[in-house]
Amino acid sequence: MAVTILDPTREAAPAGRPLASERLSGEGQATIALLDIRKPRGDVFLDELDRLIAARGHTVIRTAKPTFTKPAPPDVRAEIATRCDAVIEALAD
Amino acid sequence: MELVALVKHDCPVCDQLLPALDEARAGGAPIRILSQSGPGETAAQAHRLKLESVPELDAELELSARFDPDAVPTVVLVDNGDERGRVEGLDRPRLAELADRAGVALALDGLPERRPGCASATRDPDVAARLAARAARDAGRLQARELQIGELEDPLEAMFDRGFSDGLPLIPPTPERVVAMLEATSRDPQDLVALVPPYDGEATIEKVAINAVMAGCPQNVFPIVLAAVEAACDPEFALLGLVSTTHPSGPVIVVSGPLADKAGMNSHGNALGQGNRANLTIGRALQLVVRNVGGGRPQEEDRAAHGQPGKLSSCFAERLHDSPWPGLAQERGVAEGETGVTLFAGEAPRLIVDQLARTPEELCGSLAGGLEWIGHRRLRFAFDALLVVGPEHARLFREAGWDRSRVRQELQARSESPAGELARGAGGIAEGIEAKFVTDPAAAVAKFASPDQILLAHAGGDAGLFSMVYGGWVAGEIGSAPVTRSVEPWL
Repeated sequence: MAVTILDPTREAAPAGRPLASERLSGEGQATIALLDIRKPRGDVFLDELDRLIAARGHTVIRTAKPTFTKPAPPDVRAEIATRCDAVIEALAD
Repeated sequence: MELVALVKHDCPVCDQLLPALDEARAGGAPIRILSQSGPGETAAQAHRLKLESVPELDAELELSARFDPDAVPTVVLVDNGDERGRVEGLDRPRLAELADRAGVALALDGLPERRPGCASATRDPDVAARLAARAARDAGRLQARELQIGELEDPLEAMFDRGFSDGLPLIPPTPERVVAMLEATSRDPQDLVALVPPYDGEATIEKVAINAVMAGCPQNVFPIVLAAVEAACDPEFALLGLVSTTHPSGPVIVVSGPLADKAGMNSHGNALGQGNRANLTIGRALQLVVRNVGGGRPQEEDRAAHGQPGKLSSCFAERLHDSPWPGLAQERGVAEGETGVTLFAGEAPRLIVDQLARTPEELCGSLAGGLEWIGHRRLRFAFDALLVVGPEHARLFREAGWDRSRVRQELQARSESPAGELARGAGGIAEGIEAKFVTDPAAAVAKFASPDQILLAHAGGDAGLFSMVYGGWVAGEIGSAPVTRSVEPWL
């Protein structure tokens, strides 16, 4: 039998996990942001991705956080949200 | 004006009254007949009694909850939605009068004069709890998000999977159980108890109740849990640091006052151990609040190198009836006659034995020796202590008339050591006091920054010449200071 319980947490996490946006269809051209978080050698990884993505005819926008220790500033997030269809983040060294 | 009749399928008195109600309704009288039973049962009853039509269903018992009768059949006279009178059970003269007021002729001849009827479905304890939960949600008393655990899920496993547990099974916090827990306080469930570190989660009374249900708390300990959460989140207690330190300390709750007995807490044999629901669930509820509302999880925000079992739950009551001293909370400002909680940032308790001391001075010598080794004998001024004096030890203090202050002074004096023995490298031990601070090797160095950093409580069984000490975490202004709160505001 299904049971209803009350959430014991501060409810910071969503009950489900809806996608923040639609997945890319895989067809047509997309604008993709490559976000460098400023960890050592992250740029090497992103350079290679840049080459591979561009070779498939997509547009690449390179962007970066000022420092890996802090969240991306609002203008960086806004640029990605308004200009790009997807973002790839180079997370760690 | 209309008559609203509430019945159920397994009530013989409803069986007796229903044909008369059905006949009048079939003749056009303004009568609604509603059944508290399910559709199949209601249809079967109508068939069995050869009624003209099947009674309506009181879906979700909405009208039953509104009229809230003790018994069925109940016939209510309603005028524009307002109740003008009612008869519960079968009472022929009063029913005839009620029907007359509605302008309805009921064929009641042949029915018994009076029969008490059967309990309304709303009086079934399970149903009453469900209705209370629904009413609490409608009134805004319950605002927590509802989570559905699917039919194919085991609720206990689902709560482990969702990360709510401290490692032991939890009681599912159904709305019904949470509403029952909230009955233990007169406070509004949406009142804020505290912001809980490390993520400053808002612990409303409702959120604390949810975690108290999961911890297995009996209702009568709930105000004590609320006071403990309030005290633990006082900035002086430094819960953020306590959660995130590599040190094994966690909050230890000492309950002093009459509510401890009323809640069934243990202050006697095994008070610091297993076997008492109130002691264990109060401590566990606080830790679950820290985990779920505050967001402090082991190996994530909680960086304890080892931890210790008291981080599941650490709570006991003070034994006051033969204590040499007033309660710890009362000494720290809670009014006599009230109950208070004192929160101490402590590691696991450890035994100090002295079976031979016959004077308080001799006993203090042994107890001070035990205190001196908190953390490391050579670490001075860093830690505080909660010393739980057992009744057989405490007898010496009581008979000598030593109050807490006298005992603390003696313990402070007897936990001094010569600086030369505490210096770095002395005796081939690297740990110790830096050489630049050891100007005179014979100079006495106290263990504690002040005698006030030794808290004294009285608890334990009748037999055993023992005391227990909880070593503290970083003490005082730079770390955690004990915090005491009255339970009174949470009743």
